[in-house]
Amino acid sequence: MTDATMSSATAPPPVPTGRRGPVGSILVHAALIAASIAMIYPLLWMISASVRPEDEIFASTSLWPSAVDFSSYVRGWFGLDVSFGRFFWNSLVIAVLTVVGNVVACSLAAYAFARLRFAGRNFWFAIMLGTMMIPYHVTLIPQYVLFLDLGWVNTFLPLVVPKFLASDAFFIFLMVQFFRGIPRELDEAAMMDGCGAWRIYWKIMLPLSLPVLATAAIFSFIWTWDDFFGPLIYLNDMNSYTIQLGLRTFVDSSSTSDWGGLFAMSTLSLVPVFFFFLFFQRLLIEGIATTGMKR
Amino acid sequence: MAAVQDTAVAVGTGASSRPAAQGRLARIWARHGAGYMFLLPWLIGFFGLTLGPAIASLYLSFTNFDLIRAPEWIGTANYARIATADPKFAAAVKVTFLYVVLSVPFKLAFALLVAILLDRGVRGLTVYRAIFYLPSLLGGSVAIAVLWRQLFAGDGLINSLLAQFGIEGPSWISHPDYSIWTLVVLSVWQFGSPMIIFLAGLRQIPTDMYEAASLDGASRFRQFYKITLPLLTPVIFFNAVVQTIDAFKAFTPAFIISGGTGGPINSTLFYTLYLYQEAFGNFRMGYASALAWILVLIIGLFTAFSFLTSRYWVHYDD
Repeated sequence: MTDATMSSATAPPPVPTGRRGPVGSILVHAALIAASIAMIYPLLWMISASVRPEDEIFASTSLWPSAVDFSSYVRGWFGLDVSFGRFFWNSLVIAVLTVVGNVVACSLAAYAFARLRFAGRNFWFAIMLGTMMIPYHVTLIPQYVLFLDLGWVNTFLPLVVPKFLASDAFFIFLMVQFFRGIPRELDEAAMMDGCGAWRIYWKIMLPLSLPVLATAAIFSFIWTWDDFFGPLIYLNDMNSYTIQLGLRTFVDSSSTSDWGGLFAMSTLSLVPVFFFFLFFQRLLIEGIATTGMKR
Repeated sequence: MAAVQDTAVAVGTGASSRPAAQGRLARIWARHGAGYMFLLPWLIGFFGLTLGPAIASLYLSFTNFDLIRAPEWIGTANYARIATADPKFAAAVKVTFLYVVLSVPFKLAFALLVAILLDRGVRGLTVYRAIFYLPSLLGGSVAIAVLWRQLFAGDGLINSLLAQFGIEGPSWISHPDYSIWTLVVLSVWQFGSPMIIFLAGLRQIPTDMYEAASLDGASRFRQFYKITLPLLTPVIFFNAVVQTIDAFKAFTPAFIISGGTGGPINSTLFYTLYLYQEAFGNFRMGYASALAWILVLIIGLFTAFSFLTSRYWVHYDD
């Protein structure tokens, strides 16, 4: 299925076949527009709530605030002992390190599986695919004990180091699929010219694989940015909190009094993901269409 | 690498045994070494972060372990307690199954419906697709769970909207009969990624099949029932399995919306939330390990069942 859908996802959109008459077409658009509004209404309402005067937030279901007031952003930003700037910075550091780790480690493994011949390759490949089926709950507690013994709890290491060990097998699989599509003649020609495996990987595979590397990088970033469970168990000190933990703390400590601040910080926390979505929509959608990846 | 191979061959043909052995090693290295060098990070991760911990977790599930004292072997006592004497486990399984059974079919139905509306030349396809996919991308974050908590609060937006139609909504989150719906709606709202997979699947169906059917006078509904649906069954199956496994593993929305408690009266106590409470709230690491293995068993049984029944309704054309 994967190869077939991959080609279709990159193919140009089909020409209208005229299966729908003008009336049918209007009905379809009406249904789609209504559904679209329903889908994004909650998001727009949240953004609108974040710029409303405090007493007006729950007063209406309308999206238009009577006055625009950004004070919620200031109150929210400094609403906890540690400012949200710190949480954003922590999330950014973890996400960037995760992206680097995933791209480097997964592409190395994927190159070995896709291109190199060695005893046991098929065996390890099957094992790698098998690890994708294992729910993380099985390894969760011993991993926690391990990182606790190493003294890594309350540092970013438990969240980042596994990525440098290619723990997201999904990206390996994605890259293997892509690498296999690169013509073998290129490697063979390079080998004739005396290139070793490293140089072929570095000079041929990686430059030709930028689309798949970018897809993996973008998904890595978004998933890490949104991750709540990992930081929840590994980060205890508020100075090391990520944006998701910061928001949760804000809910617990002051939400009953400061809805505006809560919605303001919630909105801000979505901004990076939203921009990635805006700029890399095509890569994200192709990534989903070709592999069904989801988290 | 080629150079290493040459010297290996040269040395290997030598008379004395020691260089011959070295030659063999060098030859093995030349043939297989590079592969293992590239695989090294993953291999370390596999043994250190997956296989090792999985074995340790199985061992811990037969122990009493609170992180401070050494694990104490208690045989199958954890499993016995799970099976017979743990009402919270029973509640968690019930809530999780309810969530799976309610959210997955609705989500897939919406995904398929919208994918069919978007298929075959709707103007503005990319804009619609983007709007429908956006919630899937944002949905896992705490911000969205927080938003949902407000939308479904007693005086929240949903009830304000219902009031405009003269309906008095319940206090969704604080009533045990309704609280699960808040989570179901949140999950269904994120139908974007199965929708994109459906769209890719629909594009695989050749247009001439519809043209031929249309010439034969088949109605639109009949075409859907006789062509689209059967040809789409592999994609439906894939989406159903992925979404179900995902639903079994859901955590963040239940945690945020119930404030970590799984309440009211355990009505949002997702399995993973209960596991988290046992492990990191009560520090019953052995018991939580047993819970984790039961979850694997449940997901494994479900997946095996899906694959076994799939042969009766999933059509592969080759």
